[in-house]
Amino acid sequence: MEKFTRMTELVVPLDRSNVDTDAIIPKQYLKSIKRTGFGPNLFDDWRYLDPGEPGQDHSKRRLNPDFILNQERYRHAKILLARQNFGCGSSREHAPWALLDFGIQAMIAPSFADIFYNNCFKNGLLPVILSADKVNQLFFECGATTGYRLTVDLEAQTVTTPEGQMFPFEIDPARKHRLLNGLDDIAMTLDHTDAICAYEARQRQQAPWLFSGFGS
Amino acid sequence: MAGKTLHDKLWDDHVVHQDDDGTCLLYIDCHLVHEVTSPQAFEGLRLAGRTPWRADANLAVPDHNIPTTNREAGITDPVSKLQVETLGRNTGDFGILQFDVDDPRQGIVHVIGPEQGATLPGMTVVCGDSHTSTHGALAALAFGIGTSEVEHVLATQCLLQKKSRNMRVWVNGELTAGVTAKDVILAIIGTIGTAGGTGYAIEYAGSAISDLSVEGRMTICNMTIEAGARAGLIACDDKTVDFVAGRPYAPKGENWERARLAWQTLHSDHDAVFDREVSLRAEDIDPQVTWGTSPEMVVPISGNVPDPSQQTDPDRREWHGRALAYMGLEPGTPMRDVAIDKVFIGSCTNGRIEDLRDAARVVQGRRVASNVVLAMVVPGSGLVKQQAEREGLHRIFQEAGFEWREPGCSMCLAMNADRLQPGERCASTSNRNFEGRQGRGGRTHLVSPGMAAAAAVAGHFIDVRDLH
Ligand code: SF4
Repeated sequence: MEKFTRMTELVVPLDRSNVDTDAIIPKQYLKSIKRTGFGPNLFDDWRYLDPGEPGQDHSKRRLNPDFILNQERYRHAKILLARQNFGCGSSREHAPWALLDFGIQAMIAPSFADIFYNNCFKNGLLPVILSADKVNQLFFECGATTGYRLTVDLEAQTVTTPEGQMFPFEIDPARKHRLLNGLDDIAMTLDHTDAICAYEARQRQQAPWLFSGFGS
Repeated sequence: MAGKTLHDKLWDDHVVHQDDDGTCLLYIDCHLVHEVTSPQAFEGLRLAGRTPWRADANLAVPDHNIPTTNREAGITDPVSKLQVETLGRNTGDFGILQFDVDDPRQGIVHVIGPEQGATLPGMTVVCGDSHTSTHGALAALAFGIGTSEVEHVLATQCLLQKKSRNMRVWVNGELTAGVTAKDVILAIIGTIGTAGGTGYAIEYAGSAISDLSVEGRMTICNMTIEAGARAGLIACDDKTVDFVAGRPYAPKGENWERARLAWQTLHSDHDAVFDREVSLRAEDIDPQVTWGTSPEMVVPISGNVPDPSQQTDPDRREWHGRALAYMGLEPGTPMRDVAIDKVFIGSCTNGRIEDLRDAARVVQGRRVASNVVLAMVVPGSGLVKQQAEREGLHRIFQEAGFEWREPGCSMCLAMNADRLQPGERCASTSNRNFEGRQGRGGRTHLVSPGMAAAAAVAGHFIDVRDLH
């Protein structure tokens, strides 16, 4: 997994609440068996005026000029500013994959949906929660300033505006540690092999029916 | 010390290791796998040179992509086909049981788990699919995970998790005739909102919940994710045990007796303390229909399309306005006046045998209205289909003008050929009415099977109780 430490990057404001994962990456692209290549289809229904199918040449499609990600000033944004309950709906990890593939590395919103929030950390995408008031202020400043950049510092747990105003954010220490160091969850869990085996041995005695298995 | 909630008990039973900060290594008893969220996980295993920790704790089935007509012809979409074949190859390579497309047991992953006795009371159940919450109806701790976690479970039989808080939703009283589990969960989501359960595991309790069949309880737990909570739970009672008894993978003989005893403890203690409690009266719940692009945008069938300008919060005003524009509806329109183009009866929410019976009762002796261009029934599994055919339900549907399809996810998410055209309006028994969910530009109204059947014959939404 990629490490995340600190960055100062361009911000794109997506002013909608309850953005669901179907909107982030529509289902027709979930047929891929890869982890990469979803970027051109991030927010596909909103970004393009014509319907999209996998395997199309997306550079030939008609862009929706009104959609925020299509505006020149936000082209190279790496921070997404969003409203409450971002990422609700399906558990598809294709949503963070699409955001990352597009170039987004951090998001700021008043709240995120549970599974999506969790999936972000598995992929080195940092979701930052700030109060609705502060997010509002950032939306306002971002809309009013071309080239608006924020600094997101995971180590210090702060978001800093171009004016130098600093907002602290909360984050689970274990998640922070893994993200800062780009650690692999599976390898860490396998360090507990003995504990897993001991648990299984105990359970086999107490609840043997849980180990009948499906066979194949 | 206060007693434990059902969620506490299931959690505590499965903790392998706990870190100082509360992060737990949680043991997973059953992992369900489907074609969409697993390929990258298997690829990850291969790249790291790992093998499944316990291959026989996994059960796989293709459901999202497969066609619901003309199965003999195979999958025509090459991208879908590759994904389904990849599941076959991966399960074959790693020694995991798969019910393939031709297997009579094939179906939607959340329908076949309980049907096969693969998901049992007291288990932890996960799947790379948010509607895994369905299995909580059996007093299991069941929740959806992402693909990285799918890989993690395959490799370690465990997940790194932090415990959710406890929430309980009471539904006491008696449901009136014609009101179903689907209406109850829509009413709950309408009350607490789609983020109302974020961070919680929700236990459903009260007389109206215990009066439901286990299948109805699955409908409730299924849509828990639409209320923002990852897991929904219902205590184990005699109905649960009877439901499980005799299923192919249910415990047998001495194990059955031991399991039954163990399952008696699967309820919240009377003195357990919940972080949040919500209460609804069963008598207050009417058949529901959604009007917007979020499951919380719901009204009783007697209601009207709401007026966004009445919303005081500017965020919500904007959100509701956007939803109405997408749905092509005017504020103040009675829901009964909203005409439909298509009807979809199926999905892991409402694709079980009781759902089909409910719909068939309404349809019997009637015809699909002439303005409805397609009405389809997609059973949740091959075995549900067989059972329905034994009961003659397929004929009732076909005689009324419905199409009778092969099992799968179908138009619940329109990954296969079953989808809405832009602007088409659908009465759907599925669980999500998001923009584009059933096809780009498609307009979804979530309802119960009986309400979908009633809309099919009327050509517009109507109170199913008026047809009884
Ligand atoms: S029926 Fe719909 S909600 Fe259920 S698993 Fe399939 S796609 Fe997901």
